[in-house]
Amino acid sequence: MITPKLDGIGRTWHVLDNGVIDPAVTLLCVHGNPTWSYLWRDMLARADPRVRVVAVDQLEMGFSERTGMTRRLQQRVDDLCALTDQLELSGPIVTVAHDWGGPISLGWAARHRAQLEGVVLTNTAVHQPPGSRAPALIRMARLPGVLQLVCVQTPAFIQATLELSRPRLAKPVRDAYHAPYRSAQRRAGIGAFVQDIPLDQSHPSAEALDGIVADVATLRDIPALLLWGPSDPVFSDIYLRDLEARLPRADVHRFVGVSHLVPEEADVAGVVHEWVARRGAPSTSTSQSLVAPVSRAPAWAALDRRAGDADLAMIEMTDHGIGRSISFAALDADVRRVAAGLVEHGVARGDRVALLIPPGIDLTVCLYACWRMGAVVVVVDAGLGARGISRALKSATPRHLIGIPRALTAARLLGWPGRRISSVAMPAGVARSLAVSTTLDELRARGEGRPVPPTPTDSDPAAVIFTSGATGPAKGVSYRHHQLQAQRDVLARVYDINADDRFVAAFAPFALYGPAMGVPSVVPDMSVTAPGTLRAVALAEAAEAIGASLVFASPAALANVIATAGDLTPRHREALAKVRLLLSAGAPVPSSVLRAVAEIMPNAEAHTPYGMTEVLPVSDITPAGIEAAGAGNGVCVGRPLAEVSVAISPLDVDGHATGELTTHADATGEVCVQAAHVKDGYDKLWVVQHDSAQPPYWHRSGDVGHLDDQGRLWIEGRMIHIITTANGPVTPVGIEQAVESMAEVGHAALVGVGPAGTQQLVVVVVPIERRRRPDLAPVALAERVRAVAGVDIAAVFVVPALPVDKRHNSKIDRSRVAKWASAVLAGGRMRAL
Amino acid sequence: MRVLVTGATSLLGGAVAQRLQARGDHVTVFQRRPSGLGFREVLGDVADRSAVDAALAGVDVAIHAAARVSVVGPWSAFAETNITGTTNMLDAARTAGVTRFVYVSSPSVANAGKSLVGAPAGPADPDSARDNYSRSKASAELLALAAATSGFSVVAVRPHLVWGPGDTQLVGRIVSRAREGRLAVIGSGAALIDTTYIDNAADAIVAAADRAGELSGRALVVSNGQPRPVRELLNRIALAAGLEPPRLRVPVGVARAAGAVLERAWAGLRREDDPPITRFLAEQLSTAHWFDQRETREALGWQPSVDLDEGFARLESWFLARRNR
Repeated sequence: MITPKLDGIGRTWHVLDNGVIDPAVTLLCVHGNPTWSYLWRDMLARADPRVRVVAVDQLEMGFSERTGMTRRLQQRVDDLCALTDQLELSGPIVTVAHDWGGPISLGWAARHRAQLEGVVLTNTAVHQPPGSRAPALIRMARLPGVLQLVCVQTPAFIQATLELSRPRLAKPVRDAYHAPYRSAQRRAGIGAFVQDIPLDQSHPSAEALDGIVADVATLRDIPALLLWGPSDPVFSDIYLRDLEARLPRADVHRFVGVSHLVPEEADVAGVVHEWVARRGAPSTSTSQSLVAPVSRAPAWAALDRRAGDADLAMIEMTDHGIGRSISFAALDADVRRVAAGLVEHGVARGDRVALLIPPGIDLTVCLYACWRMGAVVVVVDAGLGARGISRALKSATPRHLIGIPRALTAARLLGWPGRRISSVAMPAGVARSLAVSTTLDELRARGEGRPVPPTPTDSDPAAVIFTSGATGPAKGVSYRHHQLQAQRDVLARVYDINADDRFVAAFAPFALYGPAMGVPSVVPDMSVTAPGTLRAVALAEAAEAIGASLVFASPAALANVIATAGDLTPRHREALAKVRLLLSAGAPVPSSVLRAVAEIMPNAEAHTPYGMTEVLPVSDITPAGIEAAGAGNGVCVGRPLAEVSVAISPLDVDGHATGELTTHADATGEVCVQAAHVKDGYDKLWVVQHDSAQPPYWHRSGDVGHLDDQGRLWIEGRMIHIITTANGPVTPVGIEQAVESMAEVGHAALVGVGPAGTQQLVVVVVPIERRRRPDLAPVALAERVRAVAGVDIAAVFVVPALPVDKRHNSKIDRSRVAKWASAVLAGGRMRAL
Repeated sequence: MRVLVTGATSLLGGAVAQRLQARGDHVTVFQRRPSGLGFREVLGDVADRSAVDAALAGVDVAIHAAARVSVVGPWSAFAETNITGTTNMLDAARTAGVTRFVYVSSPSVANAGKSLVGAPAGPADPDSARDNYSRSKASAELLALAAATSGFSVVAVRPHLVWGPGDTQLVGRIVSRAREGRLAVIGSGAALIDTTYIDNAADAIVAAADRAGELSGRALVVSNGQPRPVRELLNRIALAAGLEPPRLRVPVGVARAAGAVLERAWAGLRREDDPPITRFLAEQLSTAHWFDQRETREALGWQPSVDLDEGFARLESWFLARRNR
């Protein structure tokens, strides 16, 4: 392509163009430095027939002309405009850009508002956020003498860019990136491009970049997609945050673990085409259509109602009895004070505030104070460990972080984002060393007597919650106020919770709802990171302290309560006999556990809600209900609640849930849920959110199961644990239960080995008679397992224990079991599982 | 139809001939020694062209199962039987007006010594074959498939580890070693191995003969589709024969090294019997070998009719009957 007027003499461009005539939309792809249009090859290869894709090599770059002139930012924007004029691009256009192609594409976009339908940016920047420094690699490359050496005289800058990718790019791909830059003369533009980055205001391109920053402000209403590789040492998350602030309506997806060359490491082409295809379609925000006309009370309404009430609202237990406590009146006053204090401290409505405080009064005060003044709380499951918390916070990027000293120390050491606030008083020296800006007590003092700030609306964001997933890094799940209100109201109705109730909150998510329901609660003495350490005595003393009628606990906690029930005194047992309802959530509860619990809490009706971080509860079942359901393929979790619609998306032969939603009995597929208390979305995971909200306004749970002819829901396992054999998909839970029904078997896991579509089934059992190391099961045991399984099992192993997830201490990590079995069955060593 | 089956003294060749006869086909068998199976019989060596011509006279369908299957021996011996023999069969079949030709092959023709996990058939590759048997079978399969023309359909069927009552290869060797207390498990013994019960292999070959017209030029791996850990297979075969399961364990590295030494020793001594272990065998017994059967089942319109449990039960009855005789 030649632009005849450019530079007065005409310039020759290398352009990839699929040449679609009369396209529905055109993607204008702009590479950065030191790449070329090869970066966008998948974008062309995977384009829909009606989508035109134009990927340019900028002048001085790739296979475009070497003009012998220095082309600064403003010139490059002009160049691109000249090229698109020459190409006579018609119809709607979406710009797609990477690295320093970002500002150039935005400059172009601002001049083509009439045609512009969207902006896609990946690992780029338009502005150096205050207080941050330019990327070290760029600063290094700009050092006197270094620039020519690394960018021009040698291909070092190209090599370094290509080496940022993990796993390492394949040789043919690396060669292709080098192809247009085989000599120093060909590489001159790379040096000039680095030289043109305005690191300060005196730079010749500083004004042009300022102009582009101003342009971006005019693009606020344009649909935007930000695709980010957060492991990029050049364009780190701080630039994503900067762009998010400038394009507040942007869809964002962070590809965890991906580095600088995002299109090489993640499915950028697939995501962009999907995003472009559904531009104009409604948001997939799961419950947006269900912002019901129902008006619900705000989270703090019950506190307001009991503002003059001296009754106890919350008690904290310690290892030597009752610790701190607070009345409803004091709690309401404290929440108002701290809310006002937060505003005084500079926390703005919509700001994210991470709360790294164990369950108790301080957490409750901070939580309700944030909600009251419109801040969005970021809550991270302590069970994720330092690494997982780090990852979650770097993704959520809270503006403020309130924590106990241990969390603040970790924040300092690991560089967690957010201005730090200590939940406890600390010496000035310590506060300084931890870069703590203020303390909770100071916030109280500053908020005292101040007017309570205006409250957020029901549709404002309220929380981003990270819980430990069964697989992969935790995903941030975002909720708006109306969704949390709906959750509170469902819980209150289903479990008939009223002002006379008192509850023991040994399960974090529900612990937070006591004040919202106006119900006094007590936090037992237990470790937040290890629910399996709750002792029977600790539970009983908490119940006694508050006169508990309700107990919320995880199955792991209950298991330990049973194990330590021998320590209970008659007084303890008397307190526990007053419990009317036991709620055990988070994972299936073995019926043996429920029976044993019935001895400790004889008057409690045990309930197990089914649900997940994204929507809880979905259904509910009691031991009587489990008994009535009998044996079946999976775990019966009861009928969907009145507030919830459940439908199944049936599996195809490949084990994918591609079927139309159905409520027909016995269709096995992905469990899909619709309810007013479903999550708003996944935070900065546009792709995940998009995939989870299909069809629109439903939530795909990731669980596989079926409805029976009585309308009861049965869970057969996780979608990712479906095994695809030559005879069709197989779900694990039903077969595992059959194997676990054998007297000689404690636990069992069913996994698949081999390629999808032709996998073989493998059963791994933990025998009652413990083994010290893993081995193949003796032939006789293998035969008995095959007989009860009723399907062809290629191999049966006996192992000392199965890996389970940390949070629930009960969900089998089948992916890990499958990986282990695959290695051993391929002929590898019989290593420990 | 009139069918010639070569190698009818082998377990598989004999079973195929019996199946065809049972359904009413006119069967001729061709091998070096009398089979004693009561078929119309032509005796001779596949490497002898005139004998092959005589056997194929008037035949519609040829099923070529004859092969040299030993684990040792000089290349020339394998080349003569397996390559020259197959070339003779192909040429003579075309001359005789045969329209369908089934070449009984082996999955080892496409096995480069790595573990095969739900593997597709893959093209035969003599260059990467691990021993003389596989290399000669790979060359012959390539020649056979290349010989296919519009009027002469050729299909290669690769049954994996065929076994059953009367099997002298797999079952015979395992049982005689178990009896002598020399049966060893190499490595963990957990490598998943596909096998094929004799009836299923024979059915698959008959199905291939029937469908050769539409499958011409293709190679299909056949197995029971029920892979098992190799140790479990050894145990079950030993148990079926009324013997103790193997107790010896040999590390993989030791087995490979021993195989390398013994192969050289056997070659030097020009011994024709089987050495206790070869590198190929050590590999086969310590790496997974199982196959994606979807394409085969679809192509042949065939399913195994005897599952492993039934197969082992039949093997046990057979051993019981022999002991009681």
